[in-house]
Amino acid sequence: MSAPETHMSEVLTTKAEARRLSFYYGDFRALKSISMPVHERKVTALIGPSGCGKSTFLRCFNRMHDLYPGNRYDGEIVLQPDNTNLLAPGVDPIEVRMRIGMVFQKPNPFPKTIFENVAYGLRVRGESSRRRIEEKVEQALQDAALWDEVKDRLQQPAYNLSGGQQQRLCIARALATDPELLLFDEPTSALDPIATASIEELMHDLKERVTILIVTHNMQQAARVSDFTAYMYLGDLIEFGVTDELFIKPKMKQTEDYITGRFG
Amino acid sequence: MSDHASKQYDLDLGSIRSRVLAMGGLVESQIRRAIDALTTGNIALSDEVIETDHRVNAMEVALDEDCSQLIVRRQPAAGDLRMIFAIMKTVTDLERIGDEAQKIARMAKSIHERSGPQAPPVVEVRHAAEAAISMLRRTLDCFARLDCDGAAEVIRDDAGIDNEFRSILRQLITYMMEDPRTISTSLEIVWIAKAIERIGDHSKNMAEYVIYIVKGTDVRHTKVEA
Repeated sequence: MSAPETHMSEVLTTKAEARRLSFYYGDFRALKSISMPVHERKVTALIGPSGCGKSTFLRCFNRMHDLYPGNRYDGEIVLQPDNTNLLAPGVDPIEVRMRIGMVFQKPNPFPKTIFENVAYGLRVRGESSRRRIEEKVEQALQDAALWDEVKDRLQQPAYNLSGGQQQRLCIARALATDPELLLFDEPTSALDPIATASIEELMHDLKERVTILIVTHNMQQAARVSDFTAYMYLGDLIEFGVTDELFIKPKMKQTEDYITGRFG
Repeated sequence: MSDHASKQYDLDLGSIRSRVLAMGGLVESQIRRAIDALTTGNIALSDEVIETDHRVNAMEVALDEDCSQLIVRRQPAAGDLRMIFAIMKTVTDLERIGDEAQKIARMAKSIHERSGPQAPPVVEVRHAAEAAISMLRRTLDCFARLDCDGAAEVIRDDAGIDNEFRSILRQLITYMMEDPRTISTSLEIVWIAKAIERIGDHSKNMAEYVIYIVKGTDVRHTKVEA
């Protein structure tokens, strides 16, 4: 793997960093000693063919794999600025998920009202002030560019919303707890092009405040939304680089073959 | 480079590349025939060259259209993207070379229609033209073979044609000073020499695109390493 040569003049801060991270589903080693940074207030895209480990890698960041027995992490994911290894035995996964929000492929609102979907994380966190919850819910819905569409029907079931709106609701739900890092696992693959464009626009706005890591099968999407791109194959990180360079002049032949459609 | 998962993509890209080479071949023959018309005084040949330019133009339009189609359908990336990008620029340079050949043919026709015993010799023009044709042909070879080293050589050779142009200019100035009756013809030969010099510049541009396709580096307006 080669290091990216960034020609961005700004100084990059590392928000999170995988260090020799391996992951095992039982005996199967799905990630093979991956080391790469996730830069603060940037969008980093993970691309690669099915089964390359990109979703597995993403899910390590909020300890999703803890839910299944037999899974095992090796190595570290260090979150800055406090230098916390998210995978350390003493670290509470619930606390990790407060700092790292996740949005999935298919919108998955809770069977609750629009308001309660967004308020959920705050209540879990122990927030009891009605006023503060209302403020936070409005703010999160504003930030997810959904407020104007739902402000008059906050008490209606979330399932009444369209697919694109439901996905923005899930983003609002993730934003409500002020996460430092947002994980997107193919967030637009179930959406039409217009809803996709609105989510991409939203990501562009959100990165002023929050760091984003996104898994996508759509390479044009990776090229459009991300600042950095990592190409993975069979559990290995093949290339990590500045998106503008990776899609025009990748360093590794394997990357070139994949992004030009010469794969397999 | 290995094949795309999509066979049709390979066919489309291959067809575009081979038509760029065909366009290059036509343009090369246009220059050659224009220079022949100049040296032999064959006015019918001049007319043919002038008439044939529309074919070069049509090839440019068709190739640009096919490149746009390929971009829309395939969203080419990395090496494919650089290839398409370079082809779109290459066909522009080829079309301009076609215009220069047509210009040479017009001048040749004008010189020989006027024709007098006082016409200055065009030996040096022929020599410069051979050098320009060689640059063009080698550039097209480099494009076909994706040969960076050959392309760098073409780029360096452009300076030679620029020197020849200046030398022709000096020589023509002496003719004009010695015998003002040669001024009209001499000026037309200046335009021809200038057209040849421009053909060298366009070939150099195309050689730079070959380096961009292969290495991904933009060497325009820089010194090319050996």
